[in-house]
Amino acid sequence: MSRIGGILGCASLSALRVLLPKGPRAGIKRLLSTAEFRPRICIVGSGPAGFYTAQHLLKHHKLTQVDIYEKLPVPFGLVRFGVAPDHPEVKNVINTFTQTARSDRCSFSGNVTVGRDVTVEELQKAYHAVVLSYGAEDNRTLGIPGEDLEGVYTARAFVGWYNGLPENRDLKPDLNSETAVILGHGNVALDVARILLSPLEVLRKTDITEESFSALASSKVKRVCLIGRRGPLQVAFTIKELREMINLPGVRPLLDPADFRDLGDAIKDIPRPKKRLTELMTKTALEEPSEEVGGRWASASKEWRLKFLRSPLEVLPTIDGKRARAIQLAVTRLEGAGDAVKAVPTGEVEELRSGLVFSSIGYKSLPIDPAVPFDSKRGVIPNNSGRVLGAPGLYCSGWVKRGPTGVIITTMNDSFDTAQSVLEDLQSGALELSGAKEGFDLVSHILRSRGVHPVSFLDWEKIDAVEVARGKLSGKPREKIVDQEEMLELIGH
Amino acid sequence: MATSGCFRLLSRAAPSSSWRLLAAPLRTSTGWSSAVRLGPCRPFHAAAGLSSEEKVTVHFINRDGDKLTAKGKVGDSLLDVVIDNNLDIDGFGACEGTLACSTCHLIFEDHIFEKLDAITDEEMDMLDLAYGLTERSRLGCQICLKKYMNNMTVRVPEAVADARQSIDMSNNS
Repeated sequence: MSRIGGILGCASLSALRVLLPKGPRAGIKRLLSTAEFRPRICIVGSGPAGFYTAQHLLKHHKLTQVDIYEKLPVPFGLVRFGVAPDHPEVKNVINTFTQTARSDRCSFSGNVTVGRDVTVEELQKAYHAVVLSYGAEDNRTLGIPGEDLEGVYTARAFVGWYNGLPENRDLKPDLNSETAVILGHGNVALDVARILLSPLEVLRKTDITEESFSALASSKVKRVCLIGRRGPLQVAFTIKELREMINLPGVRPLLDPADFRDLGDAIKDIPRPKKRLTELMTKTALEEPSEEVGGRWASASKEWRLKFLRSPLEVLPTIDGKRARAIQLAVTRLEGAGDAVKAVPTGEVEELRSGLVFSSIGYKSLPIDPAVPFDSKRGVIPNNSGRVLGAPGLYCSGWVKRGPTGVIITTMNDSFDTAQSVLEDLQSGALELSGAKEGFDLVSHILRSRGVHPVSFLDWEKIDAVEVARGKLSGKPREKIVDQEEMLELIGH
Repeated sequence: MATSGCFRLLSRAAPSSSWRLLAAPLRTSTGWSSAVRLGPCRPFHAAAGLSSEEKVTVHFINRDGDKLTAKGKVGDSLLDVVIDNNLDIDGFGACEGTLACSTCHLIFEDHIFEKLDAITDEEMDMLDLAYGLTERSRLGCQICLKKYMNNMTVRVPEAVADARQSIDMSNNS
């Protein structure tokens, strides 16, 4: 035991104690033999799915060694790069993840791209089990003309930009349009709307990057219109995020009463979450606000609205053909019932002027390696409780397992479920443990031979300390480093 | 209460603001810190003495059916009780009591539930996303101990993953 820092680290002590009562000699012999068959598991991806899977495995199997590989030099995936800067509470999960990473039986290697620097097949040689938790690194596209015009962005890139994701640091979105259009009715769409409309004094105190803050400070956006193909009962955002938008200081919600007037009967028998969500929208649309709230809305200089039953047809260019000028929308009506309800064009077409368009219609996972089965239609790795179908020893958790939806608890439960499958397979013998595996020793050898320098968790903690110190100078929790090279230089790579 | 007293001493000795180590930690005596505590009951963790006055006993029925019994002071939240007593409940309190998740969801007995303080919209919003929601569900971080709660039993709801036989290989190889 080199360190008694982490709780998990101490766990191996108690495992050792279990082995000792038989007398020193027998104890040592058993210890050696179990050390030989120590299950070595690796996890690809260090977002919440990766860390929750690791946490469960380490906690419920006191001998297992878990090594986490991450493409970026820094850990925590969407907790760092997806969760909005004005939602620091959600980022508290990082404290737990940090304890996991500090365990003596856990290692973190950033700056390693699985599928390029090391193959899944090589990982399978080094480990008894490989868990793929690499998330959804792509987004669905609209597939309409004009999608590539200047002024049209994916919500994903915009979120990456304000959250300091290195690949999006040069996005430099043009925020000179007074009206912004967001295509999509999910939580990411609401995040983008909130960041565009939030008072600067709120954003200033968050870990939003310096560059995006100054771009937002000179933004001309006053109106945000969130457009959905279907109706109020089909929105995908959750109530907390909606309530936040309704209560946003200096901003007025505009919900068309006509969209909500006839919902009465439809919401009687729906489950509580959707019912409360719909009731909040309906109340905002139909009821007279209190004097205080009404006064606040009347004096607000910015506004947002939800627009339903509109499907994007084309982003129309400016005369020079370069920039977005407006978006053309097909008016739709709903056909069918329940979850299968579909938006069908009525033939009517509308035009909405806006030089700033975000598509926020969902994230998408990509295949990582030809050796891993992938369902490209659903964008997931085909699996049964996290066991990759037809690939013994391979597992998956998080968005690449079930698709890019849900909140932190969804991913937590889902990751525990996958870890449980691994534990079951260890116990039943389905996971072959008879041969010792070299784990990180083998992988680091492979990486070295290819000139790849992994970033350890200690390295990350150095980067973290620099970010926190820089943030302190401007009253922020941290100032994220957005340049990957700068991160590596900091730790002497 | 020797153990818990020991924890409190350790807690106060550790200045770190990262008060949560593991959502469901093991029973070891590593450096817990509870310097920063969020929630509705107390803005920060009072550095109160070790007196046993005003203690309330709470029984937790864990997902595997195990009964965990712990004590807390009047005013402590149920999340405080779980953390201070190192209760082993997987994933409990992920957002550390800031009303940003629903991992501290607990189910109450009828006669207790009726007496609980009114629920806020914000707590309801998070409960909407909880697994195994019932008519007697609340978030543990929002419920503060009162004397009438002495000896109450709260149940940790089953998550989807727990429908399966839970495996723990902590004590074997």
